[in-house]
Amino acid sequence: MSNDTVKRPPREAEGSRGAEARVEMYRAQVRVRLFEKEAYNLFLQNLVKGTSHLAIGQEAVAAGVSAALRPDDYVFATYRGHAHAISRGAPMTACFAELMGRESGLMAGKGGSMHLTYAKGNFMGSYAIVGAHLTIANGAAWSAVYRGTDQVAVAFFGDGATNIGAFHEALNLAATWKLPVVFVCENNLYMEYTPISQVTAVAQPAADRASAYGLPPVLVDGNDADAVHEAATEAVERARSGGGPSLVEAVTYRHGGHSRADPGKYRPDEEVAEWLAKDPLPRYRTRLQGEGVEAPLLDRIEADARDEVDRAREEAKAAPPADPAHLETEVFSYGESSWRR
Amino acid sequence: MPQVITYREAVAVGLAQEMERDPSVVLIGEDIATAGGVFKATAGLLEKFGPKRVRDTPISEQAILGAAMGAAMTGLRPVAELMFADFVSVCHDLVVNQIAKARYMTNGQISLPLVVRFGNGGGLRFGAQHSQSVEGWLMAVPGLKVVVPSTPADVVGLMAAAVRDEDPVMFLEEKALYPTSGEVPEGEHVDELGTARVRRAGSDASIFALGTMVHRALGAAGQLAAEGIDCEVVDLRSLVPLDVSTVAASVAKTGRVFTVEEGPRLCGWGAELASIVAEECFYDLDAPVRRVTTPHIPLPAADSLEDAAIPSVERVVAVVREGLG
Ligand SMILES: Cc1ncc(C[n+]2csc(CCOP(=O)(O)OP(=O)(O)O)c2C)c(N)n1
Ligand SMILES: [Mg+2]
Repeated sequence: MSNDTVKRPPREAEGSRGAEARVEMYRAQVRVRLFEKEAYNLFLQNLVKGTSHLAIGQEAVAAGVSAALRPDDYVFATYRGHAHAISRGAPMTACFAELMGRESGLMAGKGGSMHLTYAKGNFMGSYAIVGAHLTIANGAAWSAVYRGTDQVAVAFFGDGATNIGAFHEALNLAATWKLPVVFVCENNLYMEYTPISQVTAVAQPAADRASAYGLPPVLVDGNDADAVHEAATEAVERARSGGGPSLVEAVTYRHGGHSRADPGKYRPDEEVAEWLAKDPLPRYRTRLQGEGVEAPLLDRIEADARDEVDRAREEAKAAPPADPAHLETEVFSYGESSWRR
Repeated sequence: MPQVITYREAVAVGLAQEMERDPSVVLIGEDIATAGGVFKATAGLLEKFGPKRVRDTPISEQAILGAAMGAAMTGLRPVAELMFADFVSVCHDLVVNQIAKARYMTNGQISLPLVVRFGNGGGLRFGAQHSQSVEGWLMAVPGLKVVVPSTPADVVGLMAAAVRDEDPVMFLEEKALYPTSGEVPEGEHVDELGTARVRRAGSDASIFALGTMVHRALGAAGQLAAEGIDCEVVDLRSLVPLDVSTVAASVAKTGRVFTVEEGPRLCGWGAELASIVAEECFYDLDAPVRRVTTPHIPLPAADSLEDAAIPSVERVVAVVREGLG
């Protein structure tokens, strides 16, 4: 890591940000955690087919960044995108239904777990080819500037994405055009099964690359919603006020494997234990309580999220499977797939 | 009065027509602004519309198409130039996995009214990496529309249609045709995607062609007419959507089908056309379908080799004559 890298230790207390807003960040993390746990259960029950990539352990990143955004900002995520979809208001029932291939799914079963999209909430999609959506987020940011709005685009991506060409093409264009885009690298130390450190020329895969694009390196504790929120707020303000893009590296860890039932056995036990001890949820709860937030309020948040998840799961389970009658719809703008006339 | 302009000029005319009409139309690409494009097809547009709407990019094809895609899903109508069509291979992901699939995967939540312009095809002695006809690659991907104009008028009219379309349109400009000229209608000219044109009516054989090959097919038809063979030449203009009704009507009339394709043999559009004809027009056929294509080789650079590779008027004449013999 370069010497001038901005280190952001967790704050003792949050001055600027109201307690209520921080309680909401706790709620955001809890909702994602419970959603993801349920998604995993459904997978084990073979109700979620194919694959899914959970964000358990990484919730603070989505929560911290989302809290820094306006509803009209654009968000782009990866196949590990349930957290971001939910953070942008995608209804849980429709998310579960999409995971389970139901007609009432967020994309009526056409996308699946890796492509959650909720355009109504300006959640412009989850992308499963590593790196591509960084370039697409640029386009949304460029369009915002062109249309004279002060919207900001955010792209979340993994550490692995920093070694693909699209990352570098996107960073360079964003910096050259001074686009209002915030690139958020969720560095969970691993790609699928290989440690990022083993295949990367620098220690911090995103932050150490920032200088190549004339950007300040920003490294934050990705298991601390306050730290993430602070860095994101700064980056978003910079983007909104015409200061151009930012590259934020949030260091975090996924509690489980890369996808599905991957037990993640390639990770040393001590490492897993160390990161479990830094679990963002209990950590944040403890901090809030330490600052005087009443335990019953936090309990209530957890119970509400539990109810919401249970209800959403049951509704989704009860929904009919995606209807083959719609197999060929929405290929083209006229609603169907016909390639001939 | 209709004016006569080059195919190259028609690109800028078509784009200017749409940019004047709709402020959400923006252009990006390498060297397209100050330099007017390596093919000079966008010359004058920077001067006319300013740097906000006509923008040079780095040599970053993924970033170019990503920017176009993100802009298209958020209210703009970008037209991105990829320079040589061959370069689509370095942003294949953006075209195939992202742009083509976004509407379907999101069940219609995302619309991508964008155009990608390509300098397509051979004949300029540029060798294997700057001469390919990529329409076969593109038409194979669900979600893309693929247009190949053969005349300046079609460049203007189909460009207008492409820009106004709500779906991503791959607009293949034939490099070999840039210096050719033709009449374009006066005033606003808007054509329709997915419509073929009968360029020459005939009764003995139907020759289906695209882009540069339309002119070779017409040349061949002219020579064959002198021998008493009356060929119909159909300019497909668009591969997706494909105007199957015009194709079928022509086959019903002539009973003999020839395709003239600049691309390499395997999986060329003519193979798809032949399969459609076999399934749907079988009883109209009087002879097997014959395809005239470039052999299944990378395109060579030398004049003598490239000329031997791409279908020539003589080769079309020979195949049609043989097919009717
Ligand atoms: C271009 C491309 N190459 C490979 C893959 C297969 N793949 C899917 S996820 C993944 C690991 C990505 O790691 P990272 O960017 O760190 O994200 P994480 O999964 O850790 O969130 C790989 C290699 C892919 N989807 N796209
Ligand atoms: Mg990773």
